[in-house]
Amino acid sequence: MKGPVETCDVAVIGGGPAGLAAALGARRAGAGKVLLLEREKTLGGILNQCVHDGFGLFLYKETISGPEYAERLIEDVVREPIQVETGAMVLDLSPDRVLRINAREGFRLVQARAVVLAMGCRERTRDMIEIPGTRPAGVFTAGLAQNLVNLQNLRIGRKTVILGSGDIGLIMARRLAFEGVAVKGVFEIMPWPGGLERNVRQCLMDFGIPLELGATVVEIRGRDRVESVVVAKVDEALAPVAGTERVIPCDTLLLSVGLIPENELSKRAGVELSPLTGGAVVDETLMTSVPGVFSCGNVLHIHDVADWASYEGFAAGEMAARHAAGDRAGGATVRVSAGANVKYALPQLVTAGTAGVELSFRVRRPARDVRIEVTGRTSGRVLARRKFPRLLPSELQKIKVQAAIDEDIEVAGHE
Amino acid sequence: MHGAESPVYDVVVIGGGVVGCAILRELSRYDLRLLLLERETDLAEGITKGNSGVIHAGFNVPARSLKARTNVAGLGIIYPLASTLGVPHRMTGKLVVALTDEDRPRLEQLKAEGDRSGVPGLEIVDEAAIRRLEPLARGQWALYSPRTGIISPYEFTIALAECAAQNGAEVRLETPVEAVGFEAGLFHLSTPHGTFAARRVVNSAGLFSDEVARLAGIDDYRIFPYRGEYLITDKDCGLRLGMPVYPVPPRHDPGLGIHVTPTLECNILLGPSAEPVGDKRDQASTREVTARLKAEAASLMPELAGVPFIHSYTGIRPKLVDPSGKDAFADFIVEESPRRPGWISLVGIESPGLTAAPALAEMVVAMLGVRMNLAMKSDFLPERPRHPRFAALGDKERAVRVAGDADWGEMVCRCEQVSRAEVVAALRNPFGARTLDAVKRRTRCGMGRCQGGFCTPRIVEILQGEGVPADRITKRGGGSRLFYGRIKE
Repeated sequence: MKGPVETCDVAVIGGGPAGLAAALGARRAGAGKVLLLEREKTLGGILNQCVHDGFGLFLYKETISGPEYAERLIEDVVREPIQVETGAMVLDLSPDRVLRINAREGFRLVQARAVVLAMGCRERTRDMIEIPGTRPAGVFTAGLAQNLVNLQNLRIGRKTVILGSGDIGLIMARRLAFEGVAVKGVFEIMPWPGGLERNVRQCLMDFGIPLELGATVVEIRGRDRVESVVVAKVDEALAPVAGTERVIPCDTLLLSVGLIPENELSKRAGVELSPLTGGAVVDETLMTSVPGVFSCGNVLHIHDVADWASYEGFAAGEMAARHAAGDRAGGATVRVSAGANVKYALPQLVTAGTAGVELSFRVRRPARDVRIEVTGRTSGRVLARRKFPRLLPSELQKIKVQAAIDEDIEVAGHE
Repeated sequence: MHGAESPVYDVVVIGGGVVGCAILRELSRYDLRLLLLERETDLAEGITKGNSGVIHAGFNVPARSLKARTNVAGLGIIYPLASTLGVPHRMTGKLVVALTDEDRPRLEQLKAEGDRSGVPGLEIVDEAAIRRLEPLARGQWALYSPRTGIISPYEFTIALAECAAQNGAEVRLETPVEAVGFEAGLFHLSTPHGTFAARRVVNSAGLFSDEVARLAGIDDYRIFPYRGEYLITDKDCGLRLGMPVYPVPPRHDPGLGIHVTPTLECNILLGPSAEPVGDKRDQASTREVTARLKAEAASLMPELAGVPFIHSYTGIRPKLVDPSGKDAFADFIVEESPRRPGWISLVGIESPGLTAAPALAEMVVAMLGVRMNLAMKSDFLPERPRHPRFAALGDKERAVRVAGDADWGEMVCRCEQVSRAEVVAALRNPFGARTLDAVKRRTRCGMGRCQGGFCTPRIVEILQGEGVPADRITKRGGGSRLFYGRIKE
């Protein structure tokens, strides 16, 4: 096979909340040929298995289910002359933006002028957190369980323990309890919940499901199917405390222990990744270190709500369209770094002199009455300041810098 | 199948590990009625699946032992055999490194033993040569073995069995031998699926070969299970290991010491530990050993400190030496019992059993040939049906395959890039292995960094399409069911 003969202006990889918005953003910004590639048979991404309520509060000013949220975006997409391909998996992305696409309709190469990465994320597994013990059936990541239950209509267990209090784990606790599965408890190694407060309240407290903080699963037992798990308290270094073990009989263990931006393709394209977010290092236009390659949604950094992933998608799509049309801002960049109690701030780079940049950030630990400040690292000048009565690591927050940024800056929290 | 209805098999092989399958294939060259009985839901489920996948050169075992002889003989067979069968493998070479001058005599000893056994090409090399051969390895001195290599043990085993099946041998999974009778000069092997009559029996039941022998009234063996734990790195851990790197064998370790081994897919294996366990099926991993594996691997190769792991697994070694007598050497046992003529047992086939398997197979066939008329078939097919991998195809081949069969265009596994066509082919294997693990071993679905998060719903859907109801879908057979019915009927 010779090089690609097919070309497009903007190729969007992934048709979830970020990718759908990116395709729309690109089209609305005037891109001619926009290719939206989704590996599932239908558009919508992970939204399709999120049958619960709580989506769209920001984008549509009402709360709707995941599939309904996807449907609204999809309706907009199909009205546009966007070339949608489902069941199409991008297997490779080269640094010069050649995509290798496989689908039942054929395997082919496409040369894109600009690419938007919107591949979403995957779940941390049992092996990544190294739970010792046997390897029986019945250990599922929460998102996989959600797929099997909500999309495949399958009953994955009768008695379950949930490790980790990420949002999907909390949602699944409620979902399984609703289906008559005995949810024995949710165990979280950290001293605070991993998911949103509203989910802790609505999914656990309202259903009488216990949440134990500062505890983890230290062993899985059972030869063929899970028979029990051993849980133990952890100390401040998160190490299990001897003598606190207790055995909980169950046939299922669900893991909601974190999400990882799925950047396999980004790596193949040579995109620089941030160890703090697991996603690409981007500038204020959401462009990565590879010219013409943009990133948005959970593949860029893990979001708390889908709406923000979509907002990022609209922006990335628009910027990609402008890049494809030859509108390329350039110039020196300054660095954005994370200071006291800030896990990361994004974008990590800003073109010197840019004003009105909105920074996304997350805190490392819960804090009350916090003053978030954006400070020039050379001048010490405070460029932006915002007060928050309460900040939680589970929430993605934003702060806008109205002034032009012309030096390296730091985002830090002061209590 | 009962009594008179059962045909009489010339040879029944008990145990579908690499040794049993190598024997079955070797026997399938001859005009014999053959049957292999395996208790698990797939081949290679026992000792075979849980090791380093190293093709050993043969210097780690005492010269003149059966271990050494079959290892060196097997080394001469396994590479061309793997090529014939289309099993991925690579002659990588191997280093045994001595971190200090004091350990050099141990390397000399290994080399001398290897030279006596006829191991080809062994060489003591210095620090500079070590770095040239394997930039990740370090040490003052090393024993370099150019003929050592790597292979996937379960792919090799499945290929051997597929070749044998193509040549007329029968394989029955989930068929444990529960009792052995003797009547009219025949062995009668009772299983949950009927009784099978055999003129000759080869007991290659691995961990359970002592128990299977006992069923035939041969109470001569006792196997002590030793557990070995492994960790597997992410392919993208940033390290490209070219060849296995071993420490000088620790004196009181019943194994070869914790070493690092590349896989053909560019992961790195760390391990194994070696601890005696009470239960032959105790494959649990432990926090303590995981920590030790990491520490010892990092002392062997500092770059390994902090690398991401995607999976761990354990294997069980079938040791013949009592845990109290760790340093004693026990050789492979391959013998026809004087009490039960026609019954051959292979017992204690631990490392280097994978490499030795083809040589053990030739040995067993020679033993059977003493009192049995072995006539070569004229139509023996040494190869097996090929199973191309999407991930290994070039652009042009991919386009052609997808155009010919759309199932090649539907990706089931994102991490290892496996297509639906490969999964369907795996599920239609000649042995009826239809568990998630059977698909995993044949296709690599679920072996990547997401560990089945993406492919599981897809394989579940394909399995149902192939006629397996959701309630019968298991991880590896038995009680390892995944589902308890449907949410809404």
